[in-house]
Amino acid sequence: MAEFLSLHDAVARYVEDGATVAMEGFTHLIPFAAGHEVIRQKKRDLTLIRMTPDIIYDQMIGAGCAKKVIFSWGGNPGVGSLHRLRDAVEKGWPRQIEILEHSHAAMACAFEAGAAGLPLAVFRGYIGSELPSVNDQIKFIECPFTGERLAAVPSVRPDVSIIHAQRADRQGNVLVEGIVGVQKEAVLAAKHSIVTVEEIVDDLGATPNACVIPSWAISAVAVAEKGALPSYTHGYYGRSNRFYKEWDAIARDRDTFTQWLDDNVFNVAQHHAGEKA
Amino acid sequence: MNLEYTSSEMMSVTAARALENGMTCFVGIGLPSEAANLARLTHAPDVVLIYESGTLQTKPDTLPLSIGDGELCESALTTVAVPEMFRYWLQGGKVSVGFLGTAQIDRFANLNTTLIGDYKAPKVRLPGGGGAPEIATNAGEVFITLKHSKRAFVKDVDFVTTLGFGRDGKGRDNVPNIGKGPTRVITDLCVMKPDPETKELVVVSLHPGVTREDVIDATGWEIRFAEQLESTPEPSENELTILRELKARTERAHAGE
Repeated sequence: MAEFLSLHDAVARYVEDGATVAMEGFTHLIPFAAGHEVIRQKKRDLTLIRMTPDIIYDQMIGAGCAKKVIFSWGGNPGVGSLHRLRDAVEKGWPRQIEILEHSHAAMACAFEAGAAGLPLAVFRGYIGSELPSVNDQIKFIECPFTGERLAAVPSVRPDVSIIHAQRADRQGNVLVEGIVGVQKEAVLAAKHSIVTVEEIVDDLGATPNACVIPSWAISAVAVAEKGALPSYTHGYYGRSNRFYKEWDAIARDRDTFTQWLDDNVFNVAQHHAGEKA
Repeated sequence: MNLEYTSSEMMSVTAARALENGMTCFVGIGLPSEAANLARLTHAPDVVLIYESGTLQTKPDTLPLSIGDGELCESALTTVAVPEMFRYWLQGGKVSVGFLGTAQIDRFANLNTTLIGDYKAPKVRLPGGGGAPEIATNAGEVFITLKHSKRAFVKDVDFVTTLGFGRDGKGRDNVPNIGKGPTRVITDLCVMKPDPETKELVVVSLHPGVTREDVIDATGWEIRFAEQLESTPEPSENELTILRELKARTERAHAGE
């Protein structure tokens, strides 16, 4: 059964220095509150996995939490580059990080294979792409039945996966609605999992085929109101496109970024997007 | 009638016209998304639009800023998980056309969205592959749209993120279960198609007011022109009105919050 913990205690217990951590949410339900908690607790040497490491990983990388990032699309959607990611990769600030890049299809299949308890994912991909020349985790195998050459990547098996969802019931069962990305797969693939939710309710109100993750498949549930801001929670609040645009200027400069971290992550009582008032 | 329009509008309208009712289109964010929705709002109301965030048959009222905006989900027939999107719907052969943008493209329509320069010491680091590598090989065919410039149109891309026809034009030969690849490239100057034999991109149509020299000056290789070079039809008043309304609605929506 999932244990109800404060976000502080959940991160303190399950995110260890050096861990492999997947924080998922495909441009929706991005677990920003949890990311900020990881930053506040000054976790170090993390291998961060995420299909679309948008500004949540930019913040964590800039704060010095990451030693390696595994991803398939790294940008600020519709805005531009991730300046903290680039500064770390290109100039080693605040530390040198390693990157390993895939395609979306590869990572989606790798999460699914992790959830399925398999060592690898097999799919029809990377044909003619030069990504295999820079990522030694991409291999090709021959189908034993047809002889077709197929791509293979290791499954994703994080030490801990962290996702955000709409709500949990009092037993800790979780409902995820809207764009569900690879969140369920991330939770099932991981040794431990933390799910932050907007609220705890008596009844999830789930339809028979809804995306529900049972309490007994989750390590900890923590309430984090507006925990996905500046991304959004379907049915609760919209995406702060304004902050995504503002982030470009904040992240461009090391001092501005450091000041932003102090003002919006280290010295705050409650999670918020971090917008200018 | 003498209509005034920009080269960007000409590009979007021409790209939109490439889509037809009956097509199932896997849509990239940005220019492809603008063109695909313009098609849906004009001549192709039944075109099926799919975004990699899992939204199937979506009909957004405004253009999304990110690939997973709530508008895409709320206006979709249904939303599936991302592994299902890539495995069943794309790899399973349900997508007739992939519509992609890119940072760099070469004469064999290979796409680079990874980096400019050397991999170990990039001059410019770009976002990476995203969905494109598998969209380009698993979709029935691929349309590409981007602005024409010497920086974007290079003889050989710095990095093949996504296969066009390979570094020698033969990258799809004898590969089983692979789509036709890029069938047209739509820019703000012209339309290009791959030569049926060599697969090198050839200009087949010039937009009104654009000269061969304009295209030559904006292309990083010795670009060839089709013998029967056509003139791209101008946008209609209706297309321009709907495009401008779509963009105005989008701007209002994104400015709000």
